[in-house]
Amino acid sequence: MTLPLTIAIAHLLSRRRQTLVSVLGVALGVGVFIAVTGLMAGFQTYFRTQLIESNPHVVITDEVRRPAPQPLAMLHPGAAVAVSRILPRDPVRGIANAAEILAALSAMEGVAAAPTLRGQMLLRRAGRDYAVSAIGIDPEQEMRVTTLQKDVKEGSLEALGTRSDGNVLGRALAEKMGAALGDTVAVATSAGGESALRIVGIFRTGVEQQDNSQVYVSLNRQQSMQGRPRVVNEIHIRLADIARSREVAAIAEGRWGYKAAPWEETFSRILEVFVLQNIIIYGSTGSILLVAGFGIFNIISTVVSEKARDIAIMRSIGMPRGSVVATFIAEGIAVGLMGVAAGWLAGWAGASFMETLPAPGASDPTQTLTVQQTAFTYGLAAGIAMLSAIGAAWIPARKAARTDPLAIIRGAT
Amino acid sequence: MNDVLRTEALGRVLPGAVPVTLVDGISVAFEPASFTVVTGPSGSGKSSLLYLLGLLDLPTSGEVFLDGQPTSGLDDAARTRMRLAAFGFVFQFHFLLPEFTVLDNVMLPMRQLGQLSRPAMRARAMALLEQLDMADQANKRPDGLSGGQRQRTAVARALANDPPLVLADEPTGALDTKNAAAVFAILVDLAQQGRTVIAVTHDEGLAQTARRRIHLVDGRVVRDEAQG
Repeated sequence: MTLPLTIAIAHLLSRRRQTLVSVLGVALGVGVFIAVTGLMAGFQTYFRTQLIESNPHVVITDEVRRPAPQPLAMLHPGAAVAVSRILPRDPVRGIANAAEILAALSAMEGVAAAPTLRGQMLLRRAGRDYAVSAIGIDPEQEMRVTTLQKDVKEGSLEALGTRSDGNVLGRALAEKMGAALGDTVAVATSAGGESALRIVGIFRTGVEQQDNSQVYVSLNRQQSMQGRPRVVNEIHIRLADIARSREVAAIAEGRWGYKAAPWEETFSRILEVFVLQNIIIYGSTGSILLVAGFGIFNIISTVVSEKARDIAIMRSIGMPRGSVVATFIAEGIAVGLMGVAAGWLAGWAGASFMETLPAPGASDPTQTLTVQQTAFTYGLAAGIAMLSAIGAAWIPARKAARTDPLAIIRGAT
Repeated sequence: MNDVLRTEALGRVLPGAVPVTLVDGISVAFEPASFTVVTGPSGSGKSSLLYLLGLLDLPTSGEVFLDGQPTSGLDDAARTRMRLAAFGFVFQFHFLLPEFTVLDNVMLPMRQLGQLSRPAMRARAMALLEQLDMADQANKRPDGLSGGQRQRTAVARALANDPPLVLADEPTGALDTKNAAAVFAILVDLAQQGRTVIAVTHDEGLAQTARRRIHLVDGRVVRDEAQG
């Protein structure tokens, strides 16, 4: 063992209680960091999986990202042409040649596609109206592009194929309306059609926005109610390899001109919230580790003040400044390492305990909280803790190294 | 010309609104295997001279030569290395590290120098403690020792790296008469064994035991006498 390390350990052992408090401070920070960030990462992964599983990976809509170029601009490419006050024609909405697009997509390897017609709908029950987003689907094809059927808790998605007046809605919406499986609800659309639909399925994805405001009906029924026969305004795509979402979206958009949004774009707001959430959680838990550094600063500053004579004598008998710095840095590292080890244990215990707690709001009552424990999280917690510990030790260590041994020896005599 | 330590017009002035002269143009030389006592009234510059000789302080004028080599141009690291290898220091207060045993305290300079194996360090430290009649106290901590024992431990620590020079600053100042005489006798022995020992003391009685006495007043040598 080197001399600085020997002296460092002796110093820490001479102030056991203060050392223990500092170690506990670091351990608390590391433990909370591991448990809280693990819980957050687990929630985000669960939420992301739910979103991705129950929704298409790429959605082609009948929109375009850029308006069609004006004939004047096409006539003089590269020229300074400005066209103002354009009165666009009212285009026929819907994806033209949807059947061809679907066939082409289905021919691609690892790609499944299904047609849908999305539109607004008003559900009416017990004198109250509920505005919802209605999605017309071919149940057989839709089941190849989403896992929605897994989330259907009552009835089935396939029933849409056998009952033309059927609809499948979210549990939150059903409870809000006081409706149950088999009940009939009145429906009105902007096209002026009014009819009644029977509830043939109730799903619960766990994503509030979907469970509260989405209703699935058969594609033919939706086309009829919206007054848009044979029209498809969305094509849902599922990929065998989810990492290809941006690539496939770009290919589709480039080939057919319609806006093709990968799931990253569709749920960008949620992903942005995750980023913000990460900043807040990592910031707050990381700051606990930094605060733990103050405990280390406190103990080492105290040792430096108390051991001024020892430092002076060591300097006078030939200990270089570097060894003095190393002594006190070693104290910081020792406290940091002990704190990290204890914090890892505490974090693991805390995370394991949380994994036994029931997940609030989960559709499955046996489902427990998901806590994601990764080597990266443990490493990051240790890294921040050690940086904090070394930084906290550095300041008093520098002060100790600058001690003029003569001033202390003179003062003592 | 084979002086192990020598000064030329050595001066040390403390800067300030009113500068204070601690050492004023002292030129002295110390032969190997000699025992020199520096005496003088309080504030005469005895300790300041010793700190300059031991490279603990830098002169404001003049030069300290160690084995004929000037030292004032050396940086802190080089001076620290020289202190570790060439000097043994004994101060008025023992300055032992309280967390370490007597044996560990004696081994500290050896561990810093790092030239011996751990068993060799232990053997040498035990030999020194035996020489100073402290072997039976080797595993005690300083707070379990008497004042004389602590100072003898400090002497053993000063000799740990077998330095050619031993500098002692009022080594008996905190001891009773019996222990003071014993520690002084040890210093005399060290000189007889071949070391150059320079001790600062205000005890005229003990000073009489040295072959050479340098008397300072106001930072100057007023008397430098050797007795046969």
